Amino acid sequence: MSAAASTDVPAPVKSAHSAGRFLFWACVFLICAWVLVPIYLLMVNALSSPEQVSGFPKSGLPGFDFSSLQFFASFSGVGRALWNSVLVAVLTMVLSIGIGAPAGYALSRFEFPGKEVFRMLVVMTRAFPLPLLALPLAVMFIRTGLDDTALGLALVHTVLAIPFAVLITFSLFSAIPLEMEEAAWTLGCNRWQGFRKVVLPLVLPGIAASAVFAFTISWNEVFAAAVLTIENRTLPAFLIQNLNVSPLHLKFAGGAALVVPALVFIFAVRKYLFAMWGIANR
Amino acid sequence: MQAKVLPYLLLLPATVFLLVFFVYPFVEIAILAVTRDGGLSLQPLAIMASHWKFATALGWTLLLAAVVVPIQLAMALSMATIVTKLKTGRNTILYIFSIPLGLSDLAAGIVWLAIFEQSGFLNSMLFGLGVVEQPILFLGYQNIWVIFLAVVLAEIWRATAIMMVILVSGMGLVPKEYYEAGEVFGANGWQRFVKITLPMLRPSLQSALILRTLAAFEVFAVVTALGGTTLPVLMGETYNWQFALQDRNVASAYALVILAISIAATLFFLRVLRVPKGATI
Amino acid sequence: MRRSITAIVSAALAIAATTFSAQAQVLFWSTQAAPVEETQKMREQVLAGFEGGVDYQASETGPFLTRIAAETQAGSGQIGVIGALHGDLSTYGDSLVDLSDIDLSGIAVSEAFLELGKLGTDEQKYLPWMQANYVMAANKQALEYLPAGADINALSYDDLIAWSKALAEGTGSPKFGFPAGPQGLKHRFFQGFLIPSYAGSTVTKFRSAEAEQGWEKFKELWQYTNPASTNYAFMQEPLLAGDVWVAFDHIARLADAFNQRPDDFVAFPAPAGPAGRGFMPVLAGVAVPVSAPDQEASKALVTYMMQPETQVATLLATNFYPVTDAALPAELPASARALGPAITAMTTSSDALPALLPVGLGDLGGQFNQVYTDTFERIVLGNQPVRQVLDQQAETLRGLMQQANAPCWLPDAASEGACPVD
Repeated sequence: MSAAASTDVPAPVKSAHSAGRFLFWACVFLICAWVLVPIYLLMVNALSSPEQVSGFPKSGLPGFDFSSLQFFASFSGVGRALWNSVLVAVLTMVLSIGIGAPAGYALSRFEFPGKEVFRMLVVMTRAFPLPLLALPLAVMFIRTGLDDTALGLALVHTVLAIPFAVLITFSLFSAIPLEMEEAAWTLGCNRWQGFRKVVLPLVLPGIAASAVFAFTISWNEVFAAAVLTIENRTLPAFLIQNLNVSPLHLKFAGGAALVVPALVFIFAVRKYLFAMWGIANR
Repeated sequence: MQAKVLPYLLLLPATVFLLVFFVYPFVEIAILAVTRDGGLSLQPLAIMASHWKFATALGWTLLLAAVVVPIQLAMALSMATIVTKLKTGRNTILYIFSIPLGLSDLAAGIVWLAIFEQSGFLNSMLFGLGVVEQPILFLGYQNIWVIFLAVVLAEIWRATAIMMVILVSGMGLVPKEYYEAGEVFGANGWQRFVKITLPMLRPSLQSALILRTLAAFEVFAVVTALGGTTLPVLMGETYNWQFALQDRNVASAYALVILAISIAATLFFLRVLRVPKGATI
Repeated sequence: MRRSITAIVSAALAIAATTFSAQAQVLFWSTQAAPVEETQKMREQVLAGFEGGVDYQASETGPFLTRIAAETQAGSGQIGVIGALHGDLSTYGDSLVDLSDIDLSGIAVSEAFLELGKLGTDEQKYLPWMQANYVMAANKQALEYLPAGADINALSYDDLIAWSKALAEGTGSPKFGFPAGPQGLKHRFFQGFLIPSYAGSTVTKFRSAEAEQGWEKFKELWQYTNPASTNYAFMQEPLLAGDVWVAFDHIARLADAFNQRPDDFVAFPAPAGPAGRGFMPVLAGVAVPVSAPDQEASKALVTYMMQPETQVATLLATNFYPVTDAALPAELPASARALGPAITAMTTSSDALPALLPVGLGDLGGQFNQVYTDTFERIVLGNQPVRQVLDQQAETLRGLMQQANAPCWLPDAASEGACPVD
């Protein structure tokens, strides 16, 4: 796989090879530990009693005390908030891909006046703090009736997600040779058919990736949700925005309550997200 | 004719959308930075620039980005390479690597505070191993560099997955034939990575770097969780002026500074990692 | 693929549209009782009895202010009743309805608080809702380090410094704690406790030699203060964790320590300085915005909040005390049993020096607070010369008082026109 080809002394290569493999797996293991240990600690605290959470020294083992989590489960309206969160996140996903992907394609395939202006516009949306934009947006929504609707909040979250959608799809389309599309045209496909049959299958995983971004951005957004939803609160606005001022054990339980659905979601879509070896083998 | 109109047609939905939901509120806010009580005035900018926290907040924000982003780039590249090389367990490993994607910065702040605080997990471990007799105070206001380090670690942990996923989907698009050709010419793994992967990955690198750097300039929740106001950052000051001091004009001035450094960083990455129109074979 | 996307979008739009339904509940928009447990208690134990129903939403300051500003600008909205601290409400005087026509017969409300609720106008801009105070709390282990001869119910700042020093030396690490984090209420400590205790004034003698001495003393105390204090918002957490043994904070932010381990902690009054035992109450009020959808329902809710049963239920839910003469029940939670006597001891002490909340500052209230926190950060954290910092911050303070044209309030002597800064 690596240096084997360039040498003709077999024995040391084998040991070098296995040493390389060992190093490789050690790296994999270390990175996994780096990602998982803090998550584990969050779960340990979420599953511990208040005394264990504030005690010292901590054992690092969960106490299997479910009272903190139960507190959140018994919060009236949690189910509805969860549903609202999912609804807003899915709307955000659809809107940001539907609006962003065509723009990403245009940026990658055409040279035209105004291209740089558009690109900067997209980047600016990511670079300006949302809490300041929330006020004029809220005024606009109250006047137009978008206030306190899932769609209204999804529109704001789409503003946050569009730079991801545009830039990621742009980089994906850019990596696909124009010649491949041109070949399809010469075979009698029109532009749309060529796109659908040649380009789309290649970029679908990447599009799935930016859809996941859109979902997680919307899922975790607190500020706009707290301002723009009242009766149709999302989960973060409903539960999480006041965690900072809540007792320690509830902070952790609330944090875990927000993390777990997101992890389940990523797990559910991982097939689409990462189904790329088919492409690599083309 | 069609080739002239088509790009604009494709951009139309995004442009209209952004004009209504971003440009309109943005202009309304940005104007505040150069007005006072309805009249043109440089006073908000002057108040901001002369405030004793402005320079430190700007400095810490830039320094955090300068430290965090390169480390994340290196880590994200390694993680993406590992994932593409894996034959067994790729799905599982990739899933584990991308777990932090699902975390809010609020949750990340809570977790890392639980690790570093005085009666936290790190001290519990050191105490259990007999390394220390008394829990160490890591996040005291005098140890500003320890706070900085904790923020760096938390940010790397939280936001590297975003870059990794972008790079993984980019790497998936590099044709295998290129690597095979490289192997034929006797290039070793590192050479193939530098000569083939990196150049082919340019579009994804560009997007990943731009998106990550902009997010780094807006770092806030993790910093507050770990360092209170000891480590001032631009976004924190923006919040402070908007909501605690209720001076929306100065808050808007701060937001414009964040916007300005973001645009500068974007232009830098666009220039350094120029992407040609469509890759060629 | 395209068809399925269209289907998803239209389905989602349909659902999004159906969730937009009008409800008759009054929206109670609040910054108080924000910790999730308290929010839940407000909903279940305090507001459940209101006919017509209440939607109680506790927000962080940012979303709270943004939503109110948006509804005010748009001229219509959903918020029926605003519940917030005096300082937040004073920002919105112009967009609040006059509540003087609310029937409070049979309820004796504190006159001083009603006066504060007028925000310096002739209208009753808000009605006092609940009150609290700041006290000290200590782990009982700390008591053995108390300096000889010091009475815990009549401590001076010098006693507190000596005590904290003994604690730091005896236990090996600083054990005094102070809520100096971003969410902490440190500014009220300086405005209502430290500076009045030394200078007998909050504003006028801001840069006096007496105030300078107070800051020097605080700097001394800071040497024996847990440096993690700059992260603390609620002192109950470090008290429970044992990181801090002696702490100053708002009673609602100490309550959890007493409720979780009632036998481990004691509560006692804030210390006294040469000018007296300065202390400052916390006052939350309820108000009705001009843009409220149904003002009658909103006013009915405000009236409900003032009833004796509601006031007592509020105490049990939030640890804030009634502002009326509502009789307290015999069975109180551990926190109220411990903290109540400490407040009484403080407010009725022979050297009591009450300071009022800032009045007449309007939306400059935040910048007024910033003067005190900046002074703290520069003198104590930044180690800058006390005299120089006080002189500079006094300039800012004077500018603010003149801009707001706010007359002095207690403990400062009444003034003609803007409160002077000597």
